[in-house]
Amino acid sequence: MSARATTAHSVVEIKAAGKWFAGILVAAYALVAVIPLAWILMTGFKSPPDSISYPPKVVFEPSLEGYVNVFTNRSRQTPEYLESLGPPKAWYDKISRKRNMVITGPSRFAGRYMNSVVIGFGSTFLAVFLGTLAAYGFSRFKVPLKDDLLFFILSTRMMPPIAVAIPIFLMYRTLGLSDTILGMILLYTAVNVSLAVWLLKGFIDEIPREYEEAAVVDGYTRLQAFIKVILPQMRAGIAATAIFCLIFAWNEYAFALLLTSGNAQTAPPFIPIIIGEGGLDWPAVAAGTTLFLVPIVFFTVLLRNQLLRGITFGAVRK
Amino acid sequence: MAEVVLQGVGKSFGETRALKALDLTVGDGEFVVLLGPTGAGKTTSLRLVAGLERADSGTIRIGGTEVTDWPPAPRNIAFVFQQYSLYPHYSVFDNMAFPLRAPGMDLSKDEIAGRVREIARLLRIEDKLKNRATQLSGGEMQRVAIGRALVRQPSIFLMDEPLSSLDAKLREEMRVELKRIQHDLGATTLYVTHDQLEAMTLADRIGVLREGVLVQIDTPRAVYETPRDIYVARRLGSPQINILDPGVLTLDGLPPGAAQIGVRPEDVILRHDGGTPARVRAVEHLGVETVIVLDSGGTKIHALLGAAGAFAPGDTTTLGVHPGAAMAFDSQGARIAATSAPTREAAYGT
Ligand SMILES: Nc1ncnc2c1ncn2[C@@H]1O[C@H](COP(=O)(O)OP(=O)(O)OP(=O)(O)O)[C@@H](O)[C@H]1O
Ligand SMILES: [Mg+2]
Repeated sequence: MSARATTAHSVVEIKAAGKWFAGILVAAYALVAVIPLAWILMTGFKSPPDSISYPPKVVFEPSLEGYVNVFTNRSRQTPEYLESLGPPKAWYDKISRKRNMVITGPSRFAGRYMNSVVIGFGSTFLAVFLGTLAAYGFSRFKVPLKDDLLFFILSTRMMPPIAVAIPIFLMYRTLGLSDTILGMILLYTAVNVSLAVWLLKGFIDEIPREYEEAAVVDGYTRLQAFIKVILPQMRAGIAATAIFCLIFAWNEYAFALLLTSGNAQTAPPFIPIIIGEGGLDWPAVAAGTTLFLVPIVFFTVLLRNQLLRGITFGAVRK
Repeated sequence: MAEVVLQGVGKSFGETRALKALDLTVGDGEFVVLLGPTGAGKTTSLRLVAGLERADSGTIRIGGTEVTDWPPAPRNIAFVFQQYSLYPHYSVFDNMAFPLRAPGMDLSKDEIAGRVREIARLLRIEDKLKNRATQLSGGEMQRVAIGRALVRQPSIFLMDEPLSSLDAKLREEMRVELKRIQHDLGATTLYVTHDQLEAMTLADRIGVLREGVLVQIDTPRAVYETPRDIYVARRLGSPQINILDPGVLTLDGLPPGAAQIGVRPEDVILRHDGGTPARVRAVEHLGVETVIVLDSGGTKIHALLGAAGAFAPGDTTTLGVHPGAAMAFDSQGARIAATSAPTREAAYGT
């Protein structure tokens, strides 16, 4: 009798039902999250008329026009002039000729993209580097007012960036940092360091002190113990922190819009204003966005094992 | 190897006085075990010797040199930690070679490999050298941890409950192993544990720690037979010593001022003519020995017999004590030195 009662309330059964429920929930959320991405991916391969057709086309003839347009500047010419140029040489010339255009040169997209790369990776490296050192100090040493300092560091994250944008704009103008790559690296580093310190401190706290102490007793200096013992065990934490910092710096829009223009502009404020004939060139915008997503996806997939362990603070062991 | 001398060493953590004026000498080649319950200050005393903590007061000397304010490295110490001693990101070989690769060691690759292999052979873990540190059983991990300490020639080995994470059988094996290795190397060793069996079997001398105070330090036998007070008497012996009111058993020659009587279970005699009546409450067979739990007028008494002796719960019997084996304690718990070792020895004829 008791055995039957046990089966009826089986832990396994509840788990299975829970799993189904969780599965449906995750699938539903994934659908919602994936649709915009799918739409962007598709729009990148549509022709401009297809991209704005109503009702929206799900089946369409793929075209690389968006990708050509995002990388080039073009000008419209008369059919006579185009005739005089002879047949188009490269495949991209062919695509623009169809719209009575000639490519006049590369667009600013590649430059903006490079700015994003330099600023994103530069600030991520700096934030993780400084964050690691600070987190180690906070984790291992008696720091006066430690809790207050940690809270202060975190509090810099509590206001929206736009709240400090004006003061920073004025400050940067005075310092000659506005619209410079260095200025943007410093700014993103400052914002990310708080996140990095908190995340990394959590990871270092998890590493028993005995590891370093054993090394110190064995004759290593503290720095050597840190490099040989602590750093290798922080790999997952550093990877997770770096991805978070990179995602922030990579996607940041408000500061970039306000503080950069001709020189140090990153891709986020540039992509949405790619103008074609008669308004926004949606396929080009979508193509730019798709290319913009690639590095983050690449690094997230590359580091996914470390990330999983890192995000769960080591709870998931490989 | 060197002699280690602690004089009046004190250490507090905020309000907690972890150690209060510890005096301790570990002679050259000696194996001293500090025995104490959790929180007694065992780890703290090792960390002070290693230089991982600064003493608030007192001096620490290693091989005649005062090292009280030295950092850990130049003290030349090998430390086996209570837990977390292996680096998970290294192989067993690299873990064991780690101390040899420290700055200032200046050993060639071959010297390091030779030394590691030699110790691995000693500890019987040669075939595990290529394993990741995480791919070992608990016993193997602990042997690697001990191996890390052995590869160097330190002035002293500090061991913090190195066997506590092992199962009973392995612990016994490792105990024998450790003693053999320590003996072969003539290694000065300060070992801490809360396991009395480890203390009794490993130690040249046992120091009993209680709340940061070294209550007594002597050979295992002397600590067992002539404990300073009830606390020490209770720490050694299994089952624990019976602490009784003087009236419970009829004993001759109790010193004046005896407030409590201590009788080791093995000193209790059953079916003793003219003894105190008692009832058997339980019989625990431990193999060679049998523990009999008795009740005499509401007082619980343990007796340890060589043979089962055909007792069953509910039986009634009479209790006595081997002549001269009872210990008397005063009202403060200190032993009154009347029942000395010689009388015991006379009684046993050893
Ligand atoms: N870093 C520290 N900060 C604060 N208190 C500490 C610290 N280290 C030890 N203590 C305290 O000092 C006392 C002695 O601790 P210690 O670690 O030496 O005990 P132990 O004998 O090794 O115990 P165990 O058998 O549990 O390992 C305890 O009360 C402990 O709480
Ligand atoms: Mg301890």
